[in-house]
Amino acid sequence: MPLKENLDVNDRSATARILATFLLPATLVSALPAQAVTPTDLLAGYRGAAGIAPAAERGRELFTTTHGREWSCASCHGPSPTQQGRHAGTGKLIAPLAPASNGERFIDAARAEKWFRRNCSDVLSRECTAAEKADVLAWLMTLKP
Amino acid sequence: MSTHKVRTPRWRLMALAAALFASLWFAATARADDDRAARRVAMLPKYQQECSGCHVAFPPGLLPSASWRRLMGDLARHFGTDASLDAAAAQEIDRWLQTAAGGDRRSRRDPSAPPEDRITRSAWFQREHREIATTTWQRPAVKGPSNCAACHVRAEQGDFNEHAVRIPR
Repeated sequence: MPLKENLDVNDRSATARILATFLLPATLVSALPAQAVTPTDLLAGYRGAAGIAPAAERGRELFTTTHGREWSCASCHGPSPTQQGRHAGTGKLIAPLAPASNGERFIDAARAEKWFRRNCSDVLSRECTAAEKADVLAWLMTLKP
Repeated sequence: MSTHKVRTPRWRLMALAAALFASLWFAATARADDDRAARRVAMLPKYQQECSGCHVAFPPGLLPSASWRRLMGDLARHFGTDASLDAAAAQEIDRWLQTAAGGDRRSRRDPSAPPEDRITRSAWFQREHREIATTTWQRPAVKGPSNCAACHVRAEQGDFNEHAVRIPR
């Protein structure tokens, strides 16, 4: 009987292991592609990571000035990102960045992160901090078309 | 009898003219079809999504595979900008580009890699755009040869036919 009990326990832990190994990651992965968020959710995430309150004015300044290199964020997105921008290198039109003007903006965490990574690298030669991302997003969210 | 002698050359002449016209017409449509070939190569959605953020998703057949491999191998330094992708996306796009590379008739004719792996520095590109003045390239709405869609109004759909060209003032 003790042997049987042991087996049962082993079966249960094996089941738990299988669940943990296969089902849990599967659930996480299936949750990843959508990652549907709102700009408010994203701002809350950056604010939480930064540990300080975002300031829209700091965000405006970061966005519209250069940081030792040729381009500012506004070079491509335009000084008022409620309007279309134009890529400084290729001339391609860029859809407005302000969430109020373009419902496609800041609704996908991975996409927002990818563009912050690339564009901060182009403008500041480094990644932006969570505080800087929060500032910029806070400013963009104040803009009305 | 004499009427026959007159008629036969006329028939021959007409047949010759018809044949000439037909061959010219076929050549013209074949060329137009070739221009539309890019559209027939279905774009990988990931390629379209990731690469058209900053420029037109260029038809993959316009560069040889060696050029695409080099470009995909250094996306963090992509013509002066950081175009880096996560490894999975980069691999998916790279694999697809390798299957579609060099497929255009222009690349097939001259499969060498253009300078800096720029489509716009290919001999065929410069030849086909030789009538465009420097001042035209410099117009604010154009900015340079990489902005296909400034003039090729259906470039986003992969249509570079010269009948769909509108050069902005």
